[in-house]
Amino acid sequence: MKRFTGFVLKEFRHIFRDRRSLFILFGMPVAQIMLFGFAITNEINNVDLAILDRSKDDTTKEIINKIAASEYFSIEQFLDSESEIAPVFRKGKVKAVLYFEPDFGKKLIQPGRAKIQVVTDATDPNVASTVSNYIASILQSYQQETRRVVEPEYQVVSEVRMLYNPELKSVYMFVPGVMTVILMLVSAMMTSISITREKEQGTMEILLVSPLKPLQVILGKVFPYVFLSITNAVVIVVLSIFVFGVPVNGSLFLLALESILFIVTSLALGILISTISATQQTAMMVSLMGLMLPVILLSGFIFPISSMPLPLQLISHIVPAKWFIVIVKGIMLKGVGFAYLWKETLILAGMTLFFIGLSAKKYKIRLE
Amino acid sequence: MKNENAITVSELTKTFGTFTAVNAISFEVKKGEIFGFLGANGAGKTTAMKMLIGILKPSSGQATVAGFDVHTESEAIKRNIGYMSQKFALYDDLTVRENITFFGGIYGLSRKRIQEKSKQLIEDLGLGAVGKSLVGSLPLGWKQKLAFSVAMLHDPQIVFLDEPTGGVDPITRRQFWEMIYKAAHAGTTLFVTTHYMDEAEYCNRVSIMVNGKIEALDTPKNLKQHFEAATMNDVFLKLARG
Amino acid sequence: MSIQVHEIYKSYGQVNALDNISFEVKSGELFGLIGPDGAGKTTLFRILTTLLLPDRGNARVAGYDVVRDLNAIRRHVGYMPGRFSLYQDLTVEENLEFFATIFGTTIAENYDLIKDIYVQIEPFKDRRAGKLSGGMKQKLALSCALIHRPKVLFLDEPTTGVDPVSRKEFWEMLKRLQEKDITILVSTPYMDEAALCDQIALMQDGKILEIDTPEAIVRHYPKPIYKVGAHDMYLLIETLKAYPHRHSVYPFGEYVHYTDTRMDFDSGELQTFLEAHNLSEIHIEETAPTIEDTFMELAKP
Repeated sequence: MKRFTGFVLKEFRHIFRDRRSLFILFGMPVAQIMLFGFAITNEINNVDLAILDRSKDDTTKEIINKIAASEYFSIEQFLDSESEIAPVFRKGKVKAVLYFEPDFGKKLIQPGRAKIQVVTDATDPNVASTVSNYIASILQSYQQETRRVVEPEYQVVSEVRMLYNPELKSVYMFVPGVMTVILMLVSAMMTSISITREKEQGTMEILLVSPLKPLQVILGKVFPYVFLSITNAVVIVVLSIFVFGVPVNGSLFLLALESILFIVTSLALGILISTISATQQTAMMVSLMGLMLPVILLSGFIFPISSMPLPLQLISHIVPAKWFIVIVKGIMLKGVGFAYLWKETLILAGMTLFFIGLSAKKYKIRLE
Repeated sequence: MKNENAITVSELTKTFGTFTAVNAISFEVKKGEIFGFLGANGAGKTTAMKMLIGILKPSSGQATVAGFDVHTESEAIKRNIGYMSQKFALYDDLTVRENITFFGGIYGLSRKRIQEKSKQLIEDLGLGAVGKSLVGSLPLGWKQKLAFSVAMLHDPQIVFLDEPTGGVDPITRRQFWEMIYKAAHAGTTLFVTTHYMDEAEYCNRVSIMVNGKIEALDTPKNLKQHFEAATMNDVFLKLARG
Repeated sequence: MSIQVHEIYKSYGQVNALDNISFEVKSGELFGLIGPDGAGKTTLFRILTTLLLPDRGNARVAGYDVVRDLNAIRRHVGYMPGRFSLYQDLTVEENLEFFATIFGTTIAENYDLIKDIYVQIEPFKDRRAGKLSGGMKQKLALSCALIHRPKVLFLDEPTTGVDPVSRKEFWEMLKRLQEKDITILVSTPYMDEAALCDQIALMQDGKILEIDTPEAIVRHYPKPIYKVGAHDMYLLIETLKAYPHRHSVYPFGEYVHYTDTRMDFDSGELQTFLEAHNLSEIHIEETAPTIEDTFMELAKP
């Protein structure tokens, strides 16, 4: 036991004396959560619109006022003819043009149908579709108020209710993702780098020629990172609750347990990476390419898995992060308990056992 | 009177902040001489050599290398010297021929000249069978000999050698020194930086640097006589231990 | 016997790193493996310290088999790899403390063993290991390798890249350690260090050329050696190589070491030959062979 604590003490010394690792450990989580919370967002706010109103009657004025009054849009300019639409988009400021057909108000009364056209700048498809959805919902509410039909409205009027994240706040979506990325980064990348550093500096040779058991070396390497990862998870949850007001609807205790499980998964992956890399540089590359990219791209963190092509969907099943994100979203946003998450937890636990087994098998008690 | 010195150094000094790495050293190296530049790690010999090959600006003092001033003509110096270090000499992942072509190219040799040179060089070193092998796969001794020949490709006036034979087996080491003697015989000046005292024994004259200053400069024979020592190793021990 | 090596073979692909290596080291002996880079010294050390498996053959260290008794060996040997292998970001004292802890001991318990060495670096005990000079790093590495009082100490090229003063001090330390009943296997590319060992094995290209005491090895040199000097080294070497009776011609510092094929060598005849080839200031004198001479004679193709 004394050997183990001696080893752990040494690890903490390494960590606290290396500015780079300290920054990754404590700077990154805060920076990432702030970045995703404030800067990167799916919501639209004050999107610039242009209006081409060929009718100019009371009805169109009411609708325009309603749009202008919403926090989502600001009306940038009024156009006079169709030929101005293209130039206005080319300038790039305006994201959508609203076109009211002539005699819009009259047609709405007789024959009861009037046309409005929404032209959006689809170079940014996300913004384009969000803009048209928002405009549609504004029109819908107008039409409910006045009980007149505005086309092209939904023939089938659907009412959408956003569950769990009614305001569609993107920070709600990003917190689970950021937490996953950070835990993966700290646990897997930092452990793999710290083990390969011993190989690169030649100290692994001395450790091997000592009575330390391989398991002691590995546990000694991993222990500080378990501790630091838990600290990080706490920092992220605290930040998201108090800075961004993200609710934790489910059990904090369950969230803690699931996080520890995921930390262990990541550590096992880190050890596995270190067994196949000879240098810190390789370990870093493998961690970034092999772990970070799938975590960011294939876990459902940024791109919804359900809209991926089938092969990618299948691949996403073997990305541990995907399951953890489902779990975190479940606990934090949906407030569900273990009864709903046992399947994901089981998969994650299975993966962890597999990685531990594989790295134990690959771990060398000699050089090559 | 014709200047027969390949290198003239006068009061050359380099300071880093408050630390004086090289402290007003002065010496001359004659044309065609094998000059040993010795010193323990940290004595300042690497710093001094960097100033002479034009990659580090001196803080004060004068030096001319191959007739060019280290302050103002460092580019001309680089064209007229060769450099070989044990740490970096050749690209391990290029073949013997590729290395020769590359280094010939950076010194501006014509394609025809490179072809002639590489043919002759491979013949001289007996590397015919491995011309297309990666340099990394060659034994250390071969690599060192090849590296020396590559440093001589552009017929430089002076070649700087940094610990050229450390770790090489005794027979190859002697072949290496024979190459150096041959180059010196042909008029090339050889400036050997080292802390291996057995390398010092082969030089015409050696200087010994201690703490930024040159503490001794003479032929190995005279130094051994003066310090009443059997080997240069003992000379160094006496000097360094004071 | 403290180390017994029996017909060890090890190859990497086409390269035979070790080719039928056998030798024995008595308890308390200072045994030197002398050879250039690529001779196979490091591979041999790694096999003896259980870091590598031999392809064939067997070896015992401190009575334990290097393949089967891995854990026992790892408890009883001290190993200092060729490259400086301590934690550069830990201080001198933290490094020593760490190695004491992982071997289940304390600095205090074995302080008497390392005292001689450690007192020299103790004034810098709060300095990070990475900031030490070459000589001090080496002393720290030796202290760390000794802290658990090993029975056998393996030192792989401990003096490479170290200045002559530190080298001399290091060998003095090894001599004192030997008195404390530790068997030492040391490797070095420096032929002049061979004379300081009890027994040496000359190695090249994975083979042992000869094993004996340093005195016996030079005594067994088969021919008289002459040192020859002249005003021009290059001309001298070329001329000697052209001399019909030459056996070997090797530059040796300011002289050339020359051996003749004949038993009745006449220096006057060689002198005349050299003079006829425009050499002046000629000096020919019989000299005692060195270990390096022996090494080259044995390695001569």
